[in-house]
This record gives sequence, structure tokens and C-alpha cells, in this order.
Amino acid sequence: MKIRAQIGMVLNLDKCIGCHTCSVTCKNVWTSRAGVEYAWFNNVESKPGVGYPRDWENQNKWNGGWMRLGNGKLKPKIGGKFRVLAKLFANPDLPEIDDYYEPFTFEYDRLQKSPEVKTPPTARPHSAITGDVMDKLEWGPNWEEILGGEFSKRSKDYNFGQMEKEIYGEFENTFMMYLPRLCEHCLNPTCAAACPSGAIYKREEDGIVLIDQDKCRGWRMCVSGCPYKKIYFNWDSGKSEKCTFCYPRIEAGDPTVCSETCVGRIRYLGVMLYDADRISEAASAEDVEDLYQSQCDIFLDPHDPEVIAQAKKDGVPDSWLAAAKNSPVYKMAMDWKVAFPLHPEYRTLPMVWYIPPLSPIQSVMEDGRLEKSGVIPDVQDLRIPVKYLANMLTAGKEEPVVHALERMLAMRAFMREKTVEGVTDLAILERVGLNEKTLDDMYRIMALANYEDRYVIPSNHREYAGETPFDNDIAFEQRSSCGFTFGNDCGGGGETRKNLFGNSTHKNTMSGKVRS
Amino acid sequence: MPETTSFLHHLAFGIYPYIAVLVMVLGSILRYDRDQYSWKANSSQLLRSKGMRLGSNLFHIGIILLFFTHLVGLLMPESVYHLFMTTEAKQMMAMIGGGILGGICFIGLTILIVRRMTDKRIRATSKTSDLLLLWMLYIQLILGLISIYYSAQHLDGSSMVALGNWAQHIVTFRSGAADFIIHEPWVFKAHLLLGLTIFLVFPFTRLVHMLSVPVKYIFRTGYQIVRKRGRGY
Repeated sequence: MKIRAQIGMVLNLDKCIGCHTCSVTCKNVWTSRAGVEYAWFNNVESKPGVGYPRDWENQNKWNGGWMRLGNGKLKPKIGGKFRVLAKLFANPDLPEIDDYYEPFTFEYDRLQKSPEVKTPPTARPHSAITGDVMDKLEWGPNWEEILGGEFSKRSKDYNFGQMEKEIYGEFENTFMMYLPRLCEHCLNPTCAAACPSGAIYKREEDGIVLIDQDKCRGWRMCVSGCPYKKIYFNWDSGKSEKCTFCYPRIEAGDPTVCSETCVGRIRYLGVMLYDADRISEAASAEDVEDLYQSQCDIFLDPHDPEVIAQAKKDGVPDSWLAAAKNSPVYKMAMDWKVAFPLHPEYRTLPMVWYIPPLSPIQSVMEDGRLEKSGVIPDVQDLRIPVKYLANMLTAGKEEPVVHALERMLAMRAFMREKTVEGVTDLAILERVGLNEKTLDDMYRIMALANYEDRYVIPSNHREYAGETPFDNDIAFEQRSSCGFTFGNDCGGGGETRKNLFGNSTHKNTMSGKVRS
Repeated sequence: MPETTSFLHHLAFGIYPYIAVLVMVLGSILRYDRDQYSWKANSSQLLRSKGMRLGSNLFHIGIILLFFTHLVGLLMPESVYHLFMTTEAKQMMAMIGGGILGGICFIGLTILIVRRMTDKRIRATSKTSDLLLLWMLYIQLILGLISIYYSAQHLDGSSMVALGNWAQHIVTFRSGAADFIIHEPWVFKAHLLLGLTIFLVFPFTRLVHMLSVPVKYIFRTGYQIVRKRGRGY
């Protein structure tokens, strides 16, 4: 057993209002630069829809993630090492920028400087790359926002697999949900496996997956390897970039920008302990429907004295072990079983998990199925089909999703009885295997969601990395070092100063000015 | 030969090679050390994949093989290849082999040049060095193909031997290297001069990516990379 700790994230989709504050704050901090204006380290998709980039979930098309071989071993779906190298010159699995969208800005100047004309002046869109007018925008960020576009196009959604989807195109049966997405900081990242330069690595201390901007040579295999398409090729710098999990903030014990600014309080950050020796075992379960459980199996109980002893031996700091005991992520994923990984069938063991959303109850009034046996309605009556959620979160296995939704419905029903009627109806809880104490905890963390309950983040302890428990050399060496840089050590890398070795062709493409 | 011509000839083929290679080596070291963020393949496939599959593959396969065949062909001493082939046979092989590889590379490079010059996205994101390099390679390739015609004028291999002697004297720091090729046709001289210039500009272009061929990837054990916390990576 080799115990490692990771800061995991849970998003409570039941509370996501689709306001895109996470995406916008993330963009402002990380990707408002030339070359990545099309890139959203965090984006929010309206589902059902093909998403961003188009049809990203369909690995028959993009070959992301892992495949299980006959002998039980795993191989990146884009191919083994020689196959990857053979794709260096032209990568057949690479999305084109139009699969995301061609970045554009508008002629805002015209609105102010137009001479007097009979019709109001318009601000036409211009490509941020070429500067040309784009006559008709065919696709853009959030093109499918709140079910935009025809159902025939949106229904290409991969999560409709094995479903009779036509009825969901009818107005009466339509449904939608939001899916905020960011890098999953997987335990078994295919991007790292596919990187020929070895530039992508997982940090031992907190599990954050990063791209070393100095070592990246722009072979762009990671873009294909990642099944979530959460690595973006910066067309200006020629290097790949990805969500950093705001590591400079995490190191200091602060939540990521997307979490901090979430107005719906849907995001949770906390420590997860796992057995690093069993990663490949967990990722190579034969039946994809078992992958959710096999990932749960390698998470370790932070209250178990044996786990604590081994974790200390493996160098997990005490403050992290204390945080692990209070981790909201552990509680949701393991104690309450209400959170699930996104597409476990990709076999990457993702570490950003989701609580499935409840939805209005279908046609209950007509057929009178809402009986008082249940104050709790039947999960199958919810507007969002369980199968759809299961295709998204448990590789199609419905039972765990049903179980989670039932618990959430029970929580609502119980708290309603308690606060409105003043009745403590324990029968509601018993039916879903909860007790009152656990429910209070669930209610506090999931419904009230106070800041300190959502984010239990221990600060980083670099000084523990040495031979001695507290290595003075390391501590002093780290002090005053640069926290974040694009490369060239502390030299910046992203700087715009001209130099001998090649300059950027595009300056600030996000200034709102049309490229001339 | 007049004195100035002789001086220019020695400057170009006796001294310039050392300058070019020195700039290439020092420049590359400097760039790797000081500006590694700029060290990359600089693929433009994301912006337009059309033409890449055929163009880029043909170009790369062609030019890699051409590079290594030139290396072996120029630097292998006569005494060594005479063990298994005659000079005439070697020239014939060089002409046919070079012609085929040059043809493959030419098709690929033509596709890539058309793509870079005509596709607005690619054009807008092209650096001066990208355009310059592409045209240098194209001209160099065409010069190489033209030289096959000149070689065919005399099948005794004398030009090839002369060029080999020049290269071998240069890399072994022997004097008088330039004298070997003083009477060679213009096309060989132009090909050499442009080739040396490609060495010269090497560190300032995307060519540096060839030094980063990910050979280590094949030998990397396991698929995952975990970095420990702590002092400098």
C-alpha cells in the first residue's frame, strides 16, 4: 500500500443554476490571452447537447481515454507508444479549432464611431485569428445554452446511448441540466501517458495534474489522450495548456477560482486518501459498470488507524490527515454515496465528482402516482431520465444513481416535514438507510453549504519533502521563489518582450479590438 | 582564378561552415537554457488539419531520410564504402535514392507551402521565421533535385567524391577543404551554401524541435509520471 492524498472536487449539479460565473472568472484569470481565447479551462454545458468541443464524449470519434486489452492491461485508446510517435507529424485524433469554435470579437468601435446613417450601425463579428469578418457565426461558446438549437443536433449527445431518445425531443418531455466541466485531475491520466516529452505530471502532494511549460514541445498528443478534451493547444505559444486547479491558491489553502466564485455554492473541495499501488487494478476492471465501484475501492477511510499510520509513513502531513477526516468530498462520495465520477468508462479515474440533479416530477397529477407511501416520489418519475444520468456518471449502471437521488429526495422530504410541519419522520430516512445525525450533516454541508464546510483545504507543506521531518533547506529555498510562471524558470515565458527566438504573432486578442 | 573569387570561395566553403555550425550549436544551447518556453514543434494542425495528413507526413519522412542519407553519403570515407561498392555504384544509388526521397519530400513540402501561403489562418499565425524557413527548405530541395541532372552528366562519381572530401575535411578540421569543390557546378555550391545557412538559422527557427525527438518516451517505464514535492524539479 502506498498512500497518496489528493484534493478532489465535488459539484452538486442539483444546485447549479448555469450562471457561468465559474467559467468567466476562470477565463479572466487564466485564459484571456492570445492563443487560448477559444479555451475554457472551466465551461458549463447545457445537457443534452453535444458539448464543447463538439461531441467530446464520443471516444469512438476522438479516441480519448484508455482501452482494456484482452490480457487485462490498459493502453491509451490513441495507441501505444510507437503508435503515438507515428502520429507526431499529423495527428488524426486532434480536434480542429472549429470543433471548439473560431474565436471572434465584434467591431465595437463602429458603434461609437459610425457616421450618421439611416439604420443603426452594427458590430459585425471578426475572427480573432485572421481578423476577417465572419459573415455567419455557426458555432461559439455555449452555442447550446439552455437547449439552444434543434433537438436533432443536440440529441447526438453520447449520454443518450441505449435510450429511446425521440420522446425527449417533444416539448412535454423535454429536460435539461447544466454540466460544469474542468480538468478531472485523474488518478490515471491518459494525457500524461500520451505525452511524448514527459511534460505532464501529477503532483505527489496534492494530485494536481500540470503541464511543464518548459518541457512541453507541442506534440499535441495530450489533447487527443484526454477523453474530457480538457487540454487545449495554445495556437500562439505552440504549447498545450490546461486547468491548473489554481494550484497557487490550493497551496495556500484557498479554493480554486471557480469554486470561490460559485454563487450557487455547488462546489466542494477536500482531501481524498487513496492507495496509489492499486490505481491500475481499479482502472482495469473488466466491466465498465464496475469502474465506479472499483474507484471507490481504492479510496481509503481517513478514520482508520491503520490508514493513518501508513499515510504518515508515506509522508502525508498531519494537517492533511486531519483535513481528510473533515473532507466534504469523502463524505459525499464515500459516506453518503451521492457523488459520482464523470464517465468512469474512460478508465482515467477522474477526481472531479458530481452529485446528480433532481428534476421536476413528470405528469404526477395526471396519473396520481405520487402516493403518500412516499412523501418521497419515485425517482423514475423525475423529468431527467435516470438512464441518462447513469450514462454520464456510472457508465450506465442505474442503481447507484437511483440510490443517490432517493437519498436527496428523502433529505428534502424529511427537512420539509421537520421545518414546515414540525414532525420528525424517521421512517423517511430509514427507507434510504440514513439516520438523523448523518442527515443533519448532509443538510448542513449540501443544503446550507457554508464556506468552511465546502472547502477543507490544508495548506501545502513543501518543507516535509526532505529527509528530515522539517527540512530547513527546502523551506528556505522555497521562500520567495516564484509561485507561478509560464516557463523559462522564473523568467516568465508568457512575456511579450521581443527576443531572438521567436515572437508571438498575435498580441492581445481579447482587447475587444478587431485585428487589422 | 582571380584573387577575390578565390577569397570568397574560401570564405564560403572553408570558413563559413564553422561559423554556421558554431552559431547552430551555441544558439541552440542558449535557446534551450534561456528560452525553453519557445522550444517547440509549433504545429498549426489545430487551426487547419486539411493537408497535414499527406503533406506533413510525406515532408517529414522525406526530409528525415534525406538528412541521414546525406550524412552517411558525405561522411563515409571512400576506403570504407569501397569495401562493398564502387564509386560509380554509389553515385547511381545516391541519384536514384535521392531522387525518390526528394520527390516524396517535394510533394509534401509543396502541399505544406500552399497551405501556409493560401490558408488565411495559417498565414496570419506564421512568423517571419516560419515563412523564411519553409522557402529556404523548398529552394534547397529544388536545388538538390536539379543537382541530379548535373550529376547525370558524368557518372564517374567525381563530383560526389569531391563533395565528400570537402565534408570530411571540414568535420576533421583539415585545411584546404574548399579547394576540393572549387570547380564543381554552381548548383552544388548553391546547395552547400544554402544548406550551411539552414544550419546558421537553425536555433532561431522551429527547426530546434528535431533535437527533441521523444526517444526517451519509448523507454519510459509505465505510463504515469508523478513528481515529488520539494526542491527544484
